[in-house]
Amino acid sequence: MSKSKAIVYIRLKEGVLDPQGKTIAHAMSNMGYTEFESVRSGRFFELECETRPDLEKRIDEISRKLLSNPIIETYRVEMV
Amino acid sequence: MKFGVVTFPGSNGDYDSYTAAKFVLGKETVFLWHKSASLEGADVIILPGGFSYGDYLRSGAIARFSPIMKSVIAFAQSGGIVIGFCNGFQVLMESGLLPGALMRNSHLRFRHRFVYLKTENHNTPFTNMIPEGKTIKVPIAHGDGNFYNFQADVDELEKNSKVIFRYSDMNGKITNEANPNGSLNNIAGISNREGNVLGMMPHPERAVESILGSDDGLLVFDSMVNYLVNKPAKSA
Repeated sequence: MSKSKAIVYIRLKEGVLDPQGKTIAHAMSNMGYTEFESVRSGRFFELECETRPDLEKRIDEISRKLLSNPIIETYRVEMV
Repeated sequence: MKFGVVTFPGSNGDYDSYTAAKFVLGKETVFLWHKSASLEGADVIILPGGFSYGDYLRSGAIARFSPIMKSVIAFAQSGGIVIGFCNGFQVLMESGLLPGALMRNSHLRFRHRFVYLKTENHNTPFTNMIPEGKTIKVPIAHGDGNFYNFQADVDELEKNSKVIFRYSDMNGKITNEANPNGSLNNIAGISNREGNVLGMMPHPERAVESILGSDDGLLVFDSMVNYLVNKPAKSA
């Protein structure tokens, strides 16, 4: 059985307030790193999977149904 | 009349809800374990506060897939009365029973204190015993209570009077200062289109005896009882 690996990146949609990112940007500025105007936070999931023909479709499904909340977040899948 | 209180791993408001329904209200009440699929004939399902499944992934995101939630969703879709407090509200949204999302509080702090709520719609199974013009004093205790949805969907909620509770001052005035978490339009609680499912971030179940600082929360329980006693025999 061959294996695949996917990384699913989740981020808040443009326009959705990211208070964590904002706080981090503020901390960076306080540390003297004033060139960074804004920070957007996010997270990612590494999925190790059995290869199957419909794998990308399945990853897309699980990203939409579970890993992200489509109201506030978007996702991007990277096969590695 | 029977109340069912769901217990997820990480629930911490289940005993508060149980105590309110069983001992303060004096109604038959059972705990419903998350792994069970049976609602045990309950007429009202309470999804309690807490940190179901450790709030892993997102608040309420994992609880939604538990066996008990399959039954709760079917119960809600057939017109059953379902109410979610705090984490229970988050579970209802993740389940798709209520529209929107609850994001991290805009100031990033966990907030626990009493708030005042203005009731925007008294003609619901959850608010019919709250006197017109009365604000209710109930506590909040959350870090992820910042109500968000697309503008069009918020407008839809407002237009259909499905915004049930709003954070206000003690006189019912809606102000920025009264908003504890950044929620759009000071929204504290909403119902579904059919009106049988309500989710709210505050905890009426923790304000059911004056020794707790307020017994205004009991009005929400009284409303459900009043609704069930008086509703037409044929339920939806």
